[in-house]
Amino acid sequence: MSAEAISENSVKSDFWDGVRLSMPVVVASAPFALLFGALAVDNGFSVLEAFLMSATVFGGASQMVGIELFGQHVAPWLIVLSIFAVNFRHVLYSAGIGRRIAHWPLMQQAIGYFVLTDPQFAVAERKAEAGETVGFTWYMGLGLPVYLFWVIESTLGAIFGKLIPDTRALGIDFLLPIYFLGLVMSFRKRPLWLPVVVASATASIIAYKTVGSPWHVSIGALAGVLLAVILPPRHSGVEARP
Amino acid sequence: MSTTLWIIIAASIATYLTRIGGHLVISRFDHIHPRVEAGLNAVPAAVLTTLVAPAALSAGPAEWAALIVAGLVSLRGGLMAMFLAGAAVLILARQFVG
Repeated sequence: MSAEAISENSVKSDFWDGVRLSMPVVVASAPFALLFGALAVDNGFSVLEAFLMSATVFGGASQMVGIELFGQHVAPWLIVLSIFAVNFRHVLYSAGIGRRIAHWPLMQQAIGYFVLTDPQFAVAERKAEAGETVGFTWYMGLGLPVYLFWVIESTLGAIFGKLIPDTRALGIDFLLPIYFLGLVMSFRKRPLWLPVVVASATASIIAYKTVGSPWHVSIGALAGVLLAVILPPRHSGVEARP
Repeated sequence: MSTTLWIIIAASIATYLTRIGGHLVISRFDHIHPRVEAGLNAVPAAVLTTLVAPAALSAGPAEWAALIVAGLVSLRGGLMAMFLAGAAVLILARQFVG
């Protein structure tokens, strides 16, 4: 086998490695994609508009908030601002993942940031933590199925929305919190994991009860990150460099 | 163009800005302070926790059972195993406690 064939094979296996990791995400987000499509049409979107929003925004929770406000005839700028608020946590993801993908060509980075969702960030961080390089092929193997299924399923939801059965009995409204808990647990070997989780959980619950959603996400996250910044570096496992 | 279309375009630009913004700010610095690096390392646990905690608090026994089992499985098994275990417990528990 020539060297070229070997490297082509490893690119292929990188891609499929990413696809394999995307499967729980595809399963967990499917109900929300269908639900988004159904709700969008219910709130006055056309099927084409529901499709466009999923294809260009690609952020489940923010899309739900957006169409909810749209249905209540809230001012357009306020809808956009709310979507921005729900998605604000990505600023932290973006700052974190930049260290892992800085070696990619600029165009690939631009595409990579477009598909930077919660699971995309968490799974890529896990790979980096294991000491492996986060390559573009692997990253897109992870992100592409999630994106394609999200767009296709929201469109299907928009077309066939009325046919969705009782989602509660099937438990699909609570699948994402379960998946996110798994991701939180997978970082438990990191320094300061427990203090950060406790700080974020406490702050997000207090903010949820007082300020309200969606700000509890940014406020809770900031509390955990600030704790890690404030604690002396010897606790956080990051050596002070001369 | 319709208002809806403008909302979608503006929302997609705003969202892309959040996805690339943190990187654009951080990459302006040549040197990352150890404390900033410690903060960045805390990002996954900090953000993902906020997506679980309030949802767990406002849920009921069926959801709590699912989270506990999923949490225990995640100590040993992989992500897919813990996800399936949690989903199975949730669906079963909801048949009994609603």
